[in-house]
Amino acid sequence: MRGEVAVIGVGMTRFGEHWDKQLRDLFVEATLEALEDARIDLKDIKAMFIGNMGSGMWVEQEHLGPLLADYLGVPGIPSVKVESACASSGMAFRLGVLAVASGLYDIVLVGGVEKMTDVTTPESTHHLASAADREWEAFYGVTFPALFALIARRHMKQYGTTREQLAKVAVKNHKHGSYNPKAQFQRPITVEEVLSSPLVADPLRLLDCSPISDGAAVAILARADIARKFTDTPVYVLGSGVGTDTIALHDRDDITVLKSVVLAAKEAYSMAKVEPRDINVAEVHDCFTIAEILAYEDLGFAKKGEGGKLIDEGVTELGGRIPVNPSGGLKAKGHPVGATGVAQIVEIVLQLRNEAGKRQVPNAEIGLTQNIGGSGASCVVHILGARRR
Amino acid sequence: MRVSSMSVPKSPRIWQLAERRYRLIGTKCLKCGRVFIGPRKVCPQCGSRELQDVELPRRGRIYSYTVVRAPPMERENYGPYIIAIVELENGCKLTTEIVDCSPEEIDIGTEVEAVFRKIGEESKSGIIYYGCKFRPVK
Amino acid sequence: MKFNGEIPAIYGWGSYIPIYRIRLDEIAKAWGEDPDSVKRGLQVEEISVRGLDEDQVTIAVNAAWNALKRAPEVNPKDIGAIYVGSESKPYAVKPTATIVAAAIGASVNIRAADYEFACKAGTEALISVMAQVASGMIRYGLAIGADTSQSWPGDVLEYTASAGGSAFVVGPKSTSSAAYFEAQYSVATDTPDFWRRDEVKYPRHMGRFTGEPAYFKHIILAAKELMEREGLKPSDFDYFVPHQPNGSFPIRVALRLGFKLEQVKPGLIAPIVGNFYSGSSLTGLSRVLDIAKPGQRILLVSFGSGAGADAFSIVTQDAIEVKKGLAPTVDYHINRKKYVDYVTYLRNWGKIYWV
Repeated sequence: MRGEVAVIGVGMTRFGEHWDKQLRDLFVEATLEALEDARIDLKDIKAMFIGNMGSGMWVEQEHLGPLLADYLGVPGIPSVKVESACASSGMAFRLGVLAVASGLYDIVLVGGVEKMTDVTTPESTHHLASAADREWEAFYGVTFPALFALIARRHMKQYGTTREQLAKVAVKNHKHGSYNPKAQFQRPITVEEVLSSPLVADPLRLLDCSPISDGAAVAILARADIARKFTDTPVYVLGSGVGTDTIALHDRDDITVLKSVVLAAKEAYSMAKVEPRDINVAEVHDCFTIAEILAYEDLGFAKKGEGGKLIDEGVTELGGRIPVNPSGGLKAKGHPVGATGVAQIVEIVLQLRNEAGKRQVPNAEIGLTQNIGGSGASCVVHILGARRR
Repeated sequence: MRVSSMSVPKSPRIWQLAERRYRLIGTKCLKCGRVFIGPRKVCPQCGSRELQDVELPRRGRIYSYTVVRAPPMERENYGPYIIAIVELENGCKLTTEIVDCSPEEIDIGTEVEAVFRKIGEESKSGIIYYGCKFRPVK
Repeated sequence: MKFNGEIPAIYGWGSYIPIYRIRLDEIAKAWGEDPDSVKRGLQVEEISVRGLDEDQVTIAVNAAWNALKRAPEVNPKDIGAIYVGSESKPYAVKPTATIVAAAIGASVNIRAADYEFACKAGTEALISVMAQVASGMIRYGLAIGADTSQSWPGDVLEYTASAGGSAFVVGPKSTSSAAYFEAQYSVATDTPDFWRRDEVKYPRHMGRFTGEPAYFKHIILAAKELMEREGLKPSDFDYFVPHQPNGSFPIRVALRLGFKLEQVKPGLIAPIVGNFYSGSSLTGLSRVLDIAKPGQRILLVSFGSGAGADAFSIVTQDAIEVKKGLAPTVDYHINRKKYVDYVTYLRNWGKIYWV
């Protein structure tokens, strides 16, 4: 499947609080941008895969597949909602890739959308907890920050990872976000600000946590051999991998390893025929700062327990050996959960096309996206390349 | 202030698991011996279908913990609370609230025991959910 | 007393008291009263406060678990009746007894109900279970008295109304039982000393009227009735455990009946944990069982406003020694404490009402 599918266009809304827009408005906006980028018309789209975690909970609307096809003016085309908690649109992208690679469709639209701000924060916290084990974790008062705090505490105890190292992840991502006009937060922050921000779930503080956001992101996929009909800079999907793990954190042997990430990365690297050190730029799932440290390790950029070193050494900053989250990551760019997966794709595509402006990673040829659901119960990794090779 | 009770569990869903929560009943795989807190029909470790309900030990140690200060809607006005993964004496791990102590009094490894407590309620006119929480052994 | 069948006996006893305490000084300060006069008058220093996640049901279950720990020979599936006495049930309709049944692993073949008779609802539960054991209707029964006692904010009851409870596993007397019931007598009259109307959150009482015509009259009536009918005198008893609404009434009624301070002090817990209403005298009994030796005699007399009293004569057996250490004692619960202020007390008790 390596190199069989290409991304010919991308688009996304700004991520942030869109008080005046509804879910369908956001998705249509992102789609229109992607269509223009791909120089393609909706009538050429053969199928749609839309990632979304909780439209039923947040805005009481399910059945997004036909809803959005309808609102895009193409009722009738195959269109379905894909759900995998915060990895929903990463999964949607994967399904789109499979759909095109299977030969059934030549051009497919994949996207993600989430509208979270129409309810109070405690309500969002409640809905987000449905990505955990509702009966055996959420029922007892678990929240998402709590789950990652449990992981962070173990990571700090087992490997000596420090509070400062976690804070540096947030600082780096905010710095990157300040170069991204679509980011929710474009203001740089300092380690002191992170460490003095209010506690959310000890030891994680407000600035360790990605925000609650609204937004949508869309990518258009085409069979690789017709991609150049639409764009001079197709970006090829070299590898795709998916993994799952136990839904509940307490059923895992070692909560500092996200097996779903290891599995997904293995499949993706193998398909792409690359190794971690071949990756030039990555967009990883920093829902909380600790998650980015875990990503470094579980994706193979660092040995288990040594993720903190990478951030200390500046390896993953723009200008470093392997910039991670040049878009600002979930922390600064925003995290409308169902939209994040494809938003990561959007960034990598721009990077590989040399269109990332102030946050461009020079000579980026191979990029990786890592999108996780819940506390790592699901993960999808994609490896994209500027050349089909 | 609780706004919408549409997305909190109602009676049947609570009743389905109530006795398991009250008595700390888990599932044991008869083939590989692993014990789980959730009711399982297939062992996630070895795939066996031979599983049996077991009463879990009511003592264990803290494996990791945190203090939740940004609550979900059903816990608004409850104040910060400690959430922990506890490893019971038989190796089974579960997620629970640690009560009757401040966060400074516990750490990874602290021995804890089960107590029967109120987990929440559907609303002031709705049913009450009970279950086990854990507190430090003294 | 002649039981026409088995002699009912205690196989296990257990208590539970929440960890939180409030000093009476804190409450007095809130209402501008003099802490020293309050404490002197009531003979109480501090009282237990329920946690935010505790209620009458959780206290009842924790007490039941402790009682069952002391009765390892009793299989919960052999318990034929579960009765819980309380005046602070979170459900006005839906018995605590069935939640307890589920929490202890009882079978479906049980009689179950909740009792109400103000502070003697717990001993009513005990009487029912005794009667069913004595008549052979059940082999074992579980009786519980537990309350998160209510009091009107600013009322004198706030100084003593606290939270706690005790449970008793009862079965036919044998060499494995810890103590058997020798006799049981009760009195009841229509006396409006303390009551709570249906849709009202807090109880009301008639001040000094709750003393002589209520508490003293009924306890003395029931105690004398039992002693006369059984041919017993105060000196035949090692312990006297009356209902304890505060630290002074129990001593006064003890002395009036002819008991000595040493007989009433061991069961007197109100000075340091307050009055658990239906759990009050039963927890006094529990503490006595924690320390009693075999072959001792206990007079337990509970009192419930409305009004009535239940008197029990209990004789301890050899098996009590081995059972004491099988579960946390009342003193364990008394000594495990954390102080809270008046605002936390109000919040925990639901007196600051939120939706």
